[in-house]
Amino acid sequence: MNNNLTARSLFIYLLCLVLCAASLMPFWIMIVNATRSTEQIQQSFSLIPSHYLLTNWDVLVGKGFNVITGFLNSAFIAFSSALLTIYFSAMTAYGFVTYRFKGNRFLFAVVLGIIMIPGQLGMIGFYQFMLRLNLTDSFIPLIVPAISTATAVFFFKQYLDATLQPEIIQAARMDGASELAIFHRINLPLMKPALATIAIFSVVGSWNNYLMPLILINSQEKYTLPMMVQLLKTDIYRTELGSMYLGIMLTVLPLLIVYFSLSKYIISGVALGGVKE
Amino acid sequence: MKSRSSKLNYDRYGYFFIAPFFIVFLVFGLYSMVYTFNLSFTDLKGWNRDYNYVGFKNFVDLFHNPLFMKSFYNTFIIWIMNFVPQITLAIILAAMFTNPRLKLRGQGIFKVLFYLPNIITAASVSVLFYVLFNHPTGPINQLLVNFGILEEPYNFFRDKLASRSIVAFIQFWMWYGSNMLILIAAMLGISPSLYESAMVDGASNTKIFFKITLPLIKPILLYNLITSLIGGTQMFDIPFLLLGGAPDYSTETIAMFIYKQAFTGANNYYIASAASVVLFLVVILLSAIIFKFFHMEPERKRKGVK
Repeated sequence: MNNNLTARSLFIYLLCLVLCAASLMPFWIMIVNATRSTEQIQQSFSLIPSHYLLTNWDVLVGKGFNVITGFLNSAFIAFSSALLTIYFSAMTAYGFVTYRFKGNRFLFAVVLGIIMIPGQLGMIGFYQFMLRLNLTDSFIPLIVPAISTATAVFFFKQYLDATLQPEIIQAARMDGASELAIFHRINLPLMKPALATIAIFSVVGSWNNYLMPLILINSQEKYTLPMMVQLLKTDIYRTELGSMYLGIMLTVLPLLIVYFSLSKYIISGVALGGVKE
Repeated sequence: MKSRSSKLNYDRYGYFFIAPFFIVFLVFGLYSMVYTFNLSFTDLKGWNRDYNYVGFKNFVDLFHNPLFMKSFYNTFIIWIMNFVPQITLAIILAAMFTNPRLKLRGQGIFKVLFYLPNIITAASVSVLFYVLFNHPTGPINQLLVNFGILEEPYNFFRDKLASRSIVAFIQFWMWYGSNMLILIAAMLGISPSLYESAMVDGASNTKIFFKITLPLIKPILLYNLITSLIGGTQMFDIPFLLLGGAPDYSTETIAMFIYKQAFTGANNYYIASAASVVLFLVVILLSAIIFKFFHMEPERKRKGVK
């Protein structure tokens, strides 16, 4: 029985190690090859970095891969939409939890329904609509819809149902605070942990979004990072493998850093979202 | 009486708080969907702003469009190729991680590393795998030749099955960790006393798993199935940037078909919007079938934010 258990544990650890390697190896090869010359990459496989990082960087930038612009565009869109998502979703959830207005239950059921609809299904209509408003090649259609993020409303409502005490709101009203002031000064500070969780997922989600910017943005100075990655596949870089790996690495590195510094919150956030009843 | 009326007054404020959400949804979300639906009955294409209504012609044409039918087939084949191993591995890992008899160590780091691929930009991931599987000098080919598994480099991207498998593998690699975390949370939610009494009765791990764990996590499995299916029908970034549909359209998905019709070549918005409507109906139909199959009410639980 005991031997059986040890053998089984050994097998599981082995499986886990293989999976860890599967998670890390592609990124490690990417980092190593970003420091190797194209000849080295073509000649042999290696897990040890070389010293061609700067050469690769010069080639990459020399061919017009403007990673800084892409980074700034992506960061601007991601942080603006995350801000809108957390503020307005918290506001919506607070409205549902605090006020017993007519249609409360029905409208919340609508929010749940919206979650079920994949947003991409309205893509063509969205594009044509933006075209007629002269809003293509603009960041506005990539940011403003973040105000209406149904998953965040659902998550915040779960959180508030468990934490918000009506007595505190009553007491604040007695003191003459306005409804909006109560939301800002009492409710938002109370929601900090939940706001942080949603902010992380919102930034990452919008940072990784490829299809929407792809159909809306035309001018190269407005390209987001995922859009810049596709430039690496064009013929310009076909003979420059080292700088191709470097280009991919530059788009991946910010996420790796954010992930490893916030992994605790991200891991618990994924689990929370799935099971809350 | 007085306090009651003042409470009613306060409750009216609720509308102001939920208004921004619904206004933005109506303008951007709902209007876009209704507009897509509208366009699917028109002949809108190219740089035209005006269109004529053509009835159900676009839908009839779609079902005679071999590329559309093929993209449907591809999407579901690739989804099944990734979902079956993905959910199987996620269940096995979750069961091992939560098994009190095994007391597995290092779970924290395992969870972090298994979830890692999910957070990385799909666009970057697919270009990375494109160079990793490159022919003839990509690292995968180099390794396979070094270890003597292949005699000479193999051009994976010329092979339909290999290409589909690579797309499916990337999807699998990106999503099994996410499914595992959700299943672990679900399994930890099962009352420990159930396990304890089963263990006292001398039930084996396998028996506990099939008699207690599996039935109790069924709602979460259903949730994973539905979200994965809906996500799978939207599959775009990975197959598009990896191969653009090659070889011979074997990795062309529905989302790619819609994108290419609308935003490349002749800009056939009418075909793309009709395809979107068909996809929408299929998603609804499949979700309904799955709910029916499991004899359950629609689940009221969702993931935080995608």
